[in-house]
Amino acid sequence: MKVGLFVPCYVDQFYPDAAIATLRLLEKLGVDVGYPPKQTCCGQPMANSGFEHLAAGCNELFIKNFAEFDYIVAPSGSCVLHIRDHLHDDKNPKAAESISHKIYELTAFLTDVLKVKTLNARFPHRVGIHQSCHGQRGLHISSMTELVSPEFSKPESLLNMVQDIELIHLGRKDECCGFGGTFCVTEEAVSVKMGKDRVADHLAHGAEYITGVDMSCLMHMEGILNRQGSKVKVIHIAEILNAG
Amino acid sequence: MEHSTKDHAALAQDFNKDEDRVDWHDETLWFIRQKRDKAAHQIPEWEALREAASQIKNNVLSNLYDYLLQFEKNAIANGIEVHWAADADEHNQIVHRLINEANVVRMVKSKSMLTEECGLNEYLAKHGIEVIDSDLGERIVQLAEEPPSHIVLPCIHKKKEEIGEIFHQHLGIDAGISDPQFLTETARQHLREIFLTRKVALTGVNFAVAETGEFVVCTNEGNADMGAHLADVHIASMGIEKLIPERKHLGVFLRLLTRSATGQPITTYSSHFKKPREGKKIHIILVDNGRTVQLGRKDFRNSLKCIRCAACMNTCPVYRRSGGHSYHTAIAGPIGSILAPNLDMEKYADLPFASTLCGSCSNVCPVKIDIHEQLYKWRQVLVKNGYAPAAKKAGMQVMTWTLSSPGLYHTAGKVGRWVIKYAPFAVNNKLNPWYKQRDMPASPEWSFSEWYKQNRQQ
Repeated sequence: MKVGLFVPCYVDQFYPDAAIATLRLLEKLGVDVGYPPKQTCCGQPMANSGFEHLAAGCNELFIKNFAEFDYIVAPSGSCVLHIRDHLHDDKNPKAAESISHKIYELTAFLTDVLKVKTLNARFPHRVGIHQSCHGQRGLHISSMTELVSPEFSKPESLLNMVQDIELIHLGRKDECCGFGGTFCVTEEAVSVKMGKDRVADHLAHGAEYITGVDMSCLMHMEGILNRQGSKVKVIHIAEILNAG
Repeated sequence: MEHSTKDHAALAQDFNKDEDRVDWHDETLWFIRQKRDKAAHQIPEWEALREAASQIKNNVLSNLYDYLLQFEKNAIANGIEVHWAADADEHNQIVHRLINEANVVRMVKSKSMLTEECGLNEYLAKHGIEVIDSDLGERIVQLAEEPPSHIVLPCIHKKKEEIGEIFHQHLGIDAGISDPQFLTETARQHLREIFLTRKVALTGVNFAVAETGEFVVCTNEGNADMGAHLADVHIASMGIEKLIPERKHLGVFLRLLTRSATGQPITTYSSHFKKPREGKKIHIILVDNGRTVQLGRKDFRNSLKCIRCAACMNTCPVYRRSGGHSYHTAIAGPIGSILAPNLDMEKYADLPFASTLCGSCSNVCPVKIDIHEQLYKWRQVLVKNGYAPAAKKAGMQVMTWTLSSPGLYHTAGKVGRWVIKYAPFAVNNKLNPWYKQRDMPASPEWSFSEWYKQNRQQ
């Protein structure tokens, strides 16, 4: 099994540690990982702004980079959802469709494909989980409070395999943080207020770290935490699952 | 209704100037969302019920022509007069004519978002007709000369102290009273006189049954009944999508409606109107006003399944923190944002962007409208039709070039990180909306791709 590692553009540029942890974690679990060096972005920033028609170049590049792999794994729910739902290529529709079926968000890949039951990791801290909407409501990596359905959470089941970690409970389990792509600047006031409220929930319940499957949500909350002078840190889930 | 020239982002920014008020508004509506969750979780077959409602409404939309004619025929047979209105103007003219025919200049009206959509009150006021809204929340915002901010809870944006002040000014109570029971009793006494003296009453319609020609109006206050039963003429305004095929389908919708809206098992009054009493009249106005256009939009037609429960507003993290008025349209929130562009793309081009696409709206929707997916699709339609700001268009083009070329992307990334590290003043300023209330991410020494090249590809 050959797995292609897709590192979203902003993770590549601003959070290389999350990508390094993803790579090392997959390798630790015996996966043969390849990283196509010419990758850039999934095209979501354009598409979510209404410019899906400009994403053709990104789509073509994505297919070129990843068509050969058995699976594609990315440390992001949002980018994976975008590829799953919106990747298309008029010249190469079959390749586009095949990719949308074999791309996985990291935690879903660990639980559903690798069927990980134990992890050799230790993270002795109080941690709050931020449910990123696209991973949760889009990719269904965990149950949603709106629906009358059995509870489950792929990220949480993995974090529970980590030694000495203490997961905190939140007042609002799965409310959006307000990042929302370009929404974070076009609707600055509401975006920040949503972020402040999410952060406050974690702080009120004693989090030392806020983790999640999407670095974009975490980047937004980190910006707010740092502005508030808080010592609480954000950390991508891959870094916890690979810790110790 | 007052129309502002500001867009959602600007109006939301105004709303956010008073953070305590935003917190209060958010918590008030979150409380209702929690009540909805509790009510839904008490019904093990909740998701099946939603699916059934969705399928019934899909059937209605696919056979709207037949159901409308069936409904009209049965309603006429019951002794109801049926009118057809192609748009808001026609609707308002019909109402005006019916009021004139009744020889009165005053009317009482229970809640109808359709009449808000049509601007009926303003139209009638211009023609010298006085309309009193009898829903408590609507009466309060009417006295305050504001539009409703929420389709189920029209004055949810007002605190009880503010309502006391409005009643002090308009209904003559002492200043400084904020006891909810006292305020409610004041409204009750005030409205009693209205109910007893108005000869024409207008109500909305929650469900119209094609099979029987009857319609159902749901209220918690009984104000629709008070108005309609005491008047000589009952006018019911309904959007053509309010049909259901058979009476038995009410068993699905009435279970869903109020659980989704407020967490109650059922509305206090679910009143069936089938035929006029001796010597009285019932009129139904079937209103299109853009609905058939929406029906023709493949990606957006199922927005017409909406039963106006407002669950999507209560759950929407943006709505809760921007207030209903920031949507500058009769129907606010996520559902309003997919309905409004159909009526006027230019005016409402901002609304589909007033969302993080978190998807909570679609999950609470009792008729399973894929609201967040339609928000995404409206964005594409609006941009293609030329309703994107020029600056955004240019920015997107640059972003596209950069992200379509690995070489350009790596250079841009390097430059970006260098700027943040060595020239932070270039981004840490008020021209950067990110920086206004958030710090920029730290700039790492290497990107992942540079690290990979160094460590794995030697």
